[in-house]
Amino acid sequence: MRRLLPHPLLSVTLAFLWLLLVNQLSAGHVVLGALLGWLIPFATSRFWPEQIRIRHPLTLLRFLGVFVIDIVRGSFQVAYLILRGPTRLRPVFVAVPLALRSDLAISLLANTISLTPGTVSANLSADKRTLIVHTLDTGDAAALVAEIKQRYETPLKKIFEQED
Amino acid sequence: MIDILLSVLILTGAIFTFIGSLGLARLADFYTRLHGPTKATTLGVGCLLIASALYFSMHDEGVSLHEVLVTLFLFITAPVSAHLLAKAALHLKVRSIAAMPPDNDAPAD
Amino acid sequence: MLMTVIPIAYALVSLAFLLSFWRLLRGPDAPDRILALDTLYVNTIALLVLLGIHLGSAIYFEAALLIAMMGFVGTVALCKYLLRGDIIE
Repeated sequence: MRRLLPHPLLSVTLAFLWLLLVNQLSAGHVVLGALLGWLIPFATSRFWPEQIRIRHPLTLLRFLGVFVIDIVRGSFQVAYLILRGPTRLRPVFVAVPLALRSDLAISLLANTISLTPGTVSANLSADKRTLIVHTLDTGDAAALVAEIKQRYETPLKKIFEQED
Repeated sequence: MIDILLSVLILTGAIFTFIGSLGLARLADFYTRLHGPTKATTLGVGCLLIASALYFSMHDEGVSLHEVLVTLFLFITAPVSAHLLAKAALHLKVRSIAAMPPDNDAPAD
Repeated sequence: MLMTVIPIAYALVSLAFLLSFWRLLRGPDAPDRILALDTLYVNTIALLVLLGIHLGSAIYFEAALLIAMMGFVGTVALCKYLLRGDIIE
């Protein structure tokens, strides 16, 4: 099983993307998509050393919900701050200590931070232990770090890293 | 009904696109400017693409979902390019109105 | 309804173009200019999508997809150049 289908999630995603790209759902394209989804992971298996395992699908769904809501919330907040004028912004760089260890989880956290209210991830320290985050407008940096850790890091850790 | 929904989506999308660029032109330093294009513009173009998907699903035969592909792609790439830009700016020590973060040299890739 | 909204949207996106272009010319630093280029390509996608809805034609979609991909690669390459002084290592 592992040899025949090295990355099942990747295969499903590729087949789905193929169907989106051709923009039709005919039997021929389903077969072609499945074939591509099976062949491409083989050809590129050297680039996928990590086996992705999702441990809590429900947590992942809840995280995606929070993520989508926060994208909309973040855009409205940034729009408001831009329209209010540049003089009253209180931008700060904060350092977020990371509890995550895997590369995938860290990059997902960084991307989530960039798309959600008022924050853009700016740099990852060389030892992958702290993430420098730039915030557009904040009064309380410590509360912000706590919110990032509680809102995004905890579910990501649960989904990708927790052993049970 | 669909017409109104489409109009609202198109208008919201255009307004957010505009606000993103307004932030780019108006704010005071590079790091604050970064926020406008990454968040507001991405959501704006996302709205426009969803409107397009709706429009072509209504007017042509069959559903048209390939716009979702561009939307997904933009939402994945926008934070990546923002991160790289911020990293490049920190590397070049671009002037900032916030206190610069402690310099941990040799940034990881 | 739709045909009154689309010209307004054109105007807003074109204004966004001008603002980004102003930032591209003004700078002052290299990352500012790259950010302006990045915004310009996303604005181009917005304009192409609007044109597609306006003309009722889906052929602009492929162009938008290509611009999205090439624009991202371009931004990453430019950032890499700033970080390392070289693109291909």
